[in-house]
Amino acid sequence: MTGTGTVESALRTRLDGGGRCLVPYVTGGLGGDWTSTIQAVAAAGADVIEVGIPFSDPVMDGPTIQAANDRALGTGATPPGILDSLRGLDVGVPLVVMTYYNIAYRMGLERFASTLADSGVSGCILPDLPLEETGPWAEAADACGVETILLAAPTTPDARLPLICERSRGFVYGVGVLGVTGVRSELASSACTIAGRLKAVTGRPVLVGVGVGTPEQAVEVSGRSDGVVVGSAVVQRMLDGAGPDGVAALVSGFREALDSEFQTAASHQGRISS
Amino acid sequence: MTLSDPTPDGRFGDFGGRFVPETLVPACQELEEAFIEAWADPAFRAELDGLLVNYAGRPSPVTECPALSDELGLRLLLKREDLNHTGSHKINNVLGQALLARRMGRNRLLAETGAGQHGVATATAAALLGMECRIYMGEVDVRRQELNVFRMHLLGAEVLTAMSGSRTLKDAINEAMRDWVATVESSYYCLGSVMGPHPYPLMVRRFQEVIGTEARRQCQELIGGVPDVVCASVGGGSNAIGLFSGFADSDAELVGVEPAGGAAVGRGVPGVVHGSASYLMQDEFGQVLEAESISAGLDYPGVGPEHSYLAATGRARYESVADDEVVEAFQLLSRTEGIIPALEPAHALAWVSRERVALAGRTVLLNLSGRGDKDVGQMMEILS
Repeated sequence: MTGTGTVESALRTRLDGGGRCLVPYVTGGLGGDWTSTIQAVAAAGADVIEVGIPFSDPVMDGPTIQAANDRALGTGATPPGILDSLRGLDVGVPLVVMTYYNIAYRMGLERFASTLADSGVSGCILPDLPLEETGPWAEAADACGVETILLAAPTTPDARLPLICERSRGFVYGVGVLGVTGVRSELASSACTIAGRLKAVTGRPVLVGVGVGTPEQAVEVSGRSDGVVVGSAVVQRMLDGAGPDGVAALVSGFREALDSEFQTAASHQGRISS
Repeated sequence: MTLSDPTPDGRFGDFGGRFVPETLVPACQELEEAFIEAWADPAFRAELDGLLVNYAGRPSPVTECPALSDELGLRLLLKREDLNHTGSHKINNVLGQALLARRMGRNRLLAETGAGQHGVATATAAALLGMECRIYMGEVDVRRQELNVFRMHLLGAEVLTAMSGSRTLKDAINEAMRDWVATVESSYYCLGSVMGPHPYPLMVRRFQEVIGTEARRQCQELIGGVPDVVCASVGGGSNAIGLFSGFADSDAELVGVEPAGGAAVGRGVPGVVHGSASYLMQDEFGQVLEAESISAGLDYPGVGPEHSYLAATGRARYESVADDEVVEAFQLLSRTEGIIPALEPAHALAWVSRERVALAGRTVLLNLSGRGDKDVGQMMEILS
């Protein structure tokens, strides 16, 4: 599959309007109202939503998402259960699943890919499946029309970036910081650097996540990227018991910040040029 | 070389590979190149061999066990890795990796530890070479191996307690990997077993092959050939791979002994965790199960990929023993031979003892991978 998939199309719609993309992350199976949270987050202006399928040993995740994983698993969340809940959940924006490779491997790659597709999931992120190992999975995913999003890190050498971008579908996920997921008080300079390096070598949308935890940080990095993925900040709200409305309020804050910085400028430009 | 090498992408058959976050891929590639280059460099090998002899006390002897052999009705030989400096086979690997880290310009060693043997060995190498050292250890293990925690502190290492998950070796590895993701540009991850992403399973095996090479020669001198059975305990499996490497091309039967509560080969199905594909104890959804063993060093739900390969091809077989059999074996060797074993190799001995009828009259070489000093406190409680 080399055409533009559902995820990329949704992001392009935002980018074509001059805006920046917002992809919040919601832990699947966390609390009884997590599907309502997804709906509320969509209504609050998400362009795509990442749904985490909890894994017992998430080595790319910091304390917040670990805690969410543990809580969800402790209350009986399972991959098929989460995907079942997503089936028929019409939120109006594409969903992508983020989980670790063993979850897909255990279910069987073809079966996992087709289950994602059947559940209305458009894309998949497996942070412990790097480019060299992605072949069998990407093939299964391509066959089902599931877009496999690859990550590029601050440590990725220049020569490797185009290879990652070429194999990535939907968007390219730039890891903003040398470290695991979690909110930092300041945006790392590496966030803007990876965005710039990726934009220089690919025409695919480039979103930066990991270490992007506030609307200010989202705006800052979006000066270089096509938008952001916001994980731990959203999940922390869920853990705090904010409920769908509380989480949506946080997401609205990101949306408004991005729109006031970018959408206005673009429509202003648009008026001038037309 | 008697065990086959993995493919360029780190595969032993269907197992192995390099399943790590992108952040770590360049570090693994760099490590692979550096290791290949160092291993081919006579100066590196000479420095390592020098340390193994003059610092770690190699070669370790092979000891006959007349009294216990009599009692069991077989001929038992012990490869005495317990006599190494720091008390286990872990020092072989750590000296190699620490020299490699220095060669790569890294001054900070990062490691996980279960029983604390690998942590102590890493802290020792760091002290020797003047490097910084941070060790991750599960909270449960910090409690049951407090003596080793104190040792690491004495050696100047920082010991961080892993509070997540089962709070044992698996979680210590998770925390060490998270640290590595954040500090990859300055840290060297000194993995303690033949597991993790390529090139670790191959590299750690290389550093442990000295066990098998020595033992093969020693058996030739002692019994004029190879033993009938070569056995070792298996957690991640580095001491077993080290010993097996010397006998893989012989007629010797290779037996790995896992704890019943952490029998990745015995009870696991193929999975991917901590960087490689291997047998893994997991539930039907792919969530990794928590191992439960009396021995902190074997309390791990996975196993090195090469062991999965040896099991799948049938070149080695894997048995398991229960905690109470281990406790018995621990006392048995202490009483009959005056050697207090670590709980880890006591697993292998427990299997030999249980299978004494099947093994009657045969020669068995067992890797006594560590000494029991660290375990006497725990055993005192269990036996009181």
